[in-house]
Amino acid sequence: MGKVLMKGNEVIAEAAVTADCKYFFGYPITPQSELVAYMAQRLPEVGGLFLQAESEVAAINMVYGASSAGVRVMTSSSSPGFSLKQEGISFLVGSQLPAVVVNIMRGGPGLGNIQPAQSDYFQVTKGGGHGDYHVPVLAPSTLQEIVDLIQDAFYIADSYRTPVIILGDGMLGQMMEPVEFRKKEYPPLPKKDWATTGTVGDGAPKTITSLDLNAETLEKRNIELQKKTDSMAIHEVRYEEQMMEDAETVIVAYGTVARIAMNAIKKAREDGIKVGLIRPISLWPFPEKPFLESREKVKRYLCVEMSAGQMIEDVRLAVNGHTPVDFFGRNGGIVPTQEEIYEQIVRKHGGVQHANSL
Amino acid sequence: MQTVFEKTKGLTDQPTHYCPGCTHGVIHRLVAEVLEELDVLEKTVGVASVGCSVLAYDYFNCDMTQAAHGRAPAVATGVKRVLPEDRIVFTYQGDGDLASIGMSEIIHAAARGEQITVIFVNNAIYGMTGGQMAPTSLVGQKTATSPKGRDISIQGSPIKVSEMLATLDGPAYIERVSTHDVPNIIKAKKAIKRAFEAQKERKGFTFIEVLSTCPTNWGLDPFESLDWIKDHMIPVYPLGVYKDKRGE
Ligand SMILES: Cc1ncc(C[n+]2csc(CCOP(=O)(O)OP(=O)(O)O)c2C)c(N)n1
Ligand code: SF4
Repeated sequence: MGKVLMKGNEVIAEAAVTADCKYFFGYPITPQSELVAYMAQRLPEVGGLFLQAESEVAAINMVYGASSAGVRVMTSSSSPGFSLKQEGISFLVGSQLPAVVVNIMRGGPGLGNIQPAQSDYFQVTKGGGHGDYHVPVLAPSTLQEIVDLIQDAFYIADSYRTPVIILGDGMLGQMMEPVEFRKKEYPPLPKKDWATTGTVGDGAPKTITSLDLNAETLEKRNIELQKKTDSMAIHEVRYEEQMMEDAETVIVAYGTVARIAMNAIKKAREDGIKVGLIRPISLWPFPEKPFLESREKVKRYLCVEMSAGQMIEDVRLAVNGHTPVDFFGRNGGIVPTQEEIYEQIVRKHGGVQHANSL
Repeated sequence: MQTVFEKTKGLTDQPTHYCPGCTHGVIHRLVAEVLEELDVLEKTVGVASVGCSVLAYDYFNCDMTQAAHGRAPAVATGVKRVLPEDRIVFTYQGDGDLASIGMSEIIHAAARGEQITVIFVNNAIYGMTGGQMAPTSLVGQKTATSPKGRDISIQGSPIKVSEMLATLDGPAYIERVSTHDVPNIIKAKKAIKRAFEAQKERKGFTFIEVLSTCPTNWGLDPFESLDWIKDHMIPVYPLGVYKDKRGE
């Protein structure tokens, strides 16, 4: 299959099919509804099942049921709907069930609007549901990257028995780009011998539960869960660096904003300003390495987000006071422009010496 | 010596945690016996809910998944839809679980005609959390959260779930039964069996409401509790078949 021109939401859906996901339970919400509609059309063609649930709460619990029966399964939503999925995500973690959950963020809080935003960062990276947990969060910035990351997401989900979140924003969901659906190869996964599929052929009954009424044994179970978290924190870090060799100012941005920032960086470089980019791809685990490596060398970081300032907290933790960390953000559904980011770079840098942009 | 009666294979050897006189245990037995008699234990996946029966997975001798409060019908939908067609899926839910927090999930699973069997244990109160009012509590019934008795003008009237679900087209079989005496327990078992048979035949959604006791939170002894079902619950929740599409 060569390149095809597709919309972001549909790329997510087709990428999941490429990852052999045959089951999807969802509920419409802008700006991700095309994903749901695409699955309704596509999954029956591959012998799978699409079911529109009565709510996001029901959808994530259908995912829980399907996952407990051992299949690859996905659901998707946007911010207000994603809030409703938190109950189910906490239960998936507690019961150690794999699933992929997509959040195409829009402006909030509350009903907010349907414009792109990145203001669910705290919610997705710091838990969101109740209990001690983290789940891997992957944030693609191009439609082509989605194809790879969704396959990774299913692989991570199955290897660790955990839900994995794909985080994008309304702009990524709505934009169109040519993409190629390359199937990635992965090492073999362990058998899902824990799945409750009926005991035919495999003996003793199995139970899937997140309940443990005894405090001692629940703590033990939680310590095991934390070991898994620690292992993911080491092995599932993903990020990209651009023009970091001589950078004095470093932009930190993810997803759509990183793309826009990259254009601003190119323009600033033409003006002789030494700017680089750190783009976290996994938001949890947050990539600390590029900051540990650069924080003694660079003059400043500039965190750019479509929020009032959320990822900046992780950046500050990683930088740990070694270097100033500034913030520029638009929120409420406003996408920062290349010019705005460029202006911020110039201002932080203290002006342009060879202004060829005037 | 001749064996005249044996414990059902549908239950594990684990002693249950239910209070003395609670009929949850009786209902477990009935479901387990039916699964054994239909020879489907190996093909069954049960979905336990939240409430006193939350540990049902320790008692049923088949694969079990535990669901969040009220969500069992959605979880069961996910299980049933992805497993081979011959699998049997049931949920076991209390009235707080099913008729309060989980009302949306049960109505929609019923409306979709989901091929599952729901065992709905109606004891007109929240047992596990200590006797609070349920949507099914009777008018005048004193509970921890209706200390002066349920008052229609404040808390509204009891929800009759079987009647309500019977207005939908999706359900294939709905019956309300009771556990207050032996003839009714035998009837209850028949109803449960009919429901599972209908599921085997893929007739649609099946639902058995079982009137059950909660001596602990009703503040009655086990015998008085059985009478309370007969004298107070049945007049509000009449027994009988509310939907039967099996013959169609
Ligand atoms: C989301 C959520 N809300 C509340 C609870 C607390 N809770 C546990 S059991 C229960 C009521 C159960 O009552 P019922 O379904 O009637 O079952 P019974 O205990 O009477 O058998 C409640 C409210 C919970 N576990 N989860
Ligand atoms: S509290 Fe009530 S419902 Fe729960 S086990 Fe005791 S008697 Fe049964």
